[in-house]
Amino acid sequence: MKLLNHKMATVFTVLGALLVLVAPQYLKNYGIYLLTYWLIFIIATMGLNLTIGYAGQKSLGHAAFFGIGAYTVAILMKAGFSFWLGLPAAALICFAVGLILGFPALRVQAIYLAFATLGFNTAIWLVMRNEEWLTGGTFGINNIARPAILGYSLEANRPYYYFVLVVTLILSGLLWGLLRSPWGKAFRALRDNPIRAESLGVDIRNYTLLSFAIGAVYAGIAGALFASLVQFIEPAPFAVGASIMMYLMVVVGGAGYFLGPIVGAAVGVVLPEWLRDVPFVSNWYLPMFGAAVVVLMVWLPDGLLSIPDRIRDRRAARDASAARKIAAGVAATKRVGAAS
Amino acid sequence: MTNPVLKVTDLKKSYGAIQAVGGVSFEVMPGEIFGVIGPNGSGKTTMFNSVLGQISPDAGAIELNGKNITGLSPLELSRRGVGRTFQTLQVFGKMTVRDNLIVAAQEHKGSMLSRMFSPGDSGLGAKADALIDQFRIRHVAGKPAGTLSYGQQKLVDIAMAFMAEPDLVLLDEPCAGVNPSLVGGISSLLKELNQNPKFGRKGSFVVIEHNMDFVMDLCHRIMVMVEGRVLAIGTPAEIRGNKEVLDAYLGN
Repeated sequence: MKLLNHKMATVFTVLGALLVLVAPQYLKNYGIYLLTYWLIFIIATMGLNLTIGYAGQKSLGHAAFFGIGAYTVAILMKAGFSFWLGLPAAALICFAVGLILGFPALRVQAIYLAFATLGFNTAIWLVMRNEEWLTGGTFGINNIARPAILGYSLEANRPYYYFVLVVTLILSGLLWGLLRSPWGKAFRALRDNPIRAESLGVDIRNYTLLSFAIGAVYAGIAGALFASLVQFIEPAPFAVGASIMMYLMVVVGGAGYFLGPIVGAAVGVVLPEWLRDVPFVSNWYLPMFGAAVVVLMVWLPDGLLSIPDRIRDRRAARDASAARKIAAGVAATKRVGAAS
Repeated sequence: MTNPVLKVTDLKKSYGAIQAVGGVSFEVMPGEIFGVIGPNGSGKTTMFNSVLGQISPDAGAIELNGKNITGLSPLELSRRGVGRTFQTLQVFGKMTVRDNLIVAAQEHKGSMLSRMFSPGDSGLGAKADALIDQFRIRHVAGKPAGTLSYGQQKLVDIAMAFMAEPDLVLLDEPCAGVNPSLVGGISSLLKELNQNPKFGRKGSFVVIEHNMDFVMDLCHRIMVMVEGRVLAIGTPAEIRGNKEVLDAYLGN
């Protein structure tokens, strides 16, 4: 995967590793909370990146899975079950519902699929809001406990952060492995040209369904971690607006770039929080963000992580044209030489 | 007598009142390059799409190696060893040329589950490289296919159809839009692939093409279609000498 040149990639990896490992030691509670929030959105948008960026399925229903994951854990824990049952249950339920949501994608694509998934998100959100016996309605579910692992409590923000970090790393590793396997190529083939893919034996039906289901699992796990992080959930964070925001995070970071969600989630959830206390900026963050997205879509439709590729392409084009000029010059000199 | 690879019997397809294909029958023998020519609207593409499962014919039977494949989906046909190219360019634009070739055959190896744990190139790297060299596209092998010139993409497009070593390949206008200097190149590539000893057998192709020199030079037998019917089937020499064909299509 060509992201940056190797030296720069190493520098960024080391800096990034230092940041995520050491930063919590120097941050106050809220800072740690915010970093955890960021990691959770990285997990969710990694899944969405698989669905949109790699498999090319335009989904606007991702927040529904995020919510299903959160409510699954919250409801099960309220019923007295452990978080460690809730987490895999959230993943499994999202996998199943994700498969089902994949079916419309077999019939419709692009904007029509986006609307179908948006409708699905609205339906799930209405269940969360109206089925009070199950979800607590608009009052939500509060006092969701954080889990303990091998007797070690994750109640405090710092240990919970490291727990979420480990989950993020495991899920990134799994996705990386999946995308490097033949599955990664099949998903990309489905995105680039489904008709050709099918004619070459790619089972586009299975890969379409699985791109939704696996993406949904990531959202479900993220939702489960989210419920335990915020310890109080209500329907608002899982509405259609959140799905659109997640879609934006994928696009801003760079759809189909493995590290896109890291950048996208930072821009989508961390930056606005950071800038909240900056006078002037705070009131204008959303309009500024909106304007920035418009500018980005015009100038960098492939997202922020496409910048290195852009620079490299431009350099290659410049070198090629310089080489042509030199070649033309040499040829001209030769002609002159031959003539004289 | 050897059995045909492809046997089409009395194929019919209508769109409303218009009969696009009205009872077409032909056989393609193993190792044969079978050309299909005819004016626009003569039903070539409808016949092609019926054989390839893109549309379902109203009547008739299609057999591959003696087995009925009528109405099978493109996916099933690919699994049974039918490769194809399309009239227009159909490559995976954002994937590299090499990955385009690998993905063109990977789904024929193992099960979906086993492929989850297979190496990225599915063990097809060497084969992809061999085709890349044969098609002389080594210098662009690492580039996204969508960034290539039209002619280069056409070569990638054709190479992809051969990655999975299909029993039968249907090529829909392999020379459409191609620079005349490349037409000869494509012709010799197809002749090479037809003879390819690495295949373990000769390749069997069906080729739709408007470029008459190309068809006459490449194909062993040619079928002429006019208004949804077969006007004649024969060797290039026979077709050239057929008076009906001359009147209806080739002109003087």
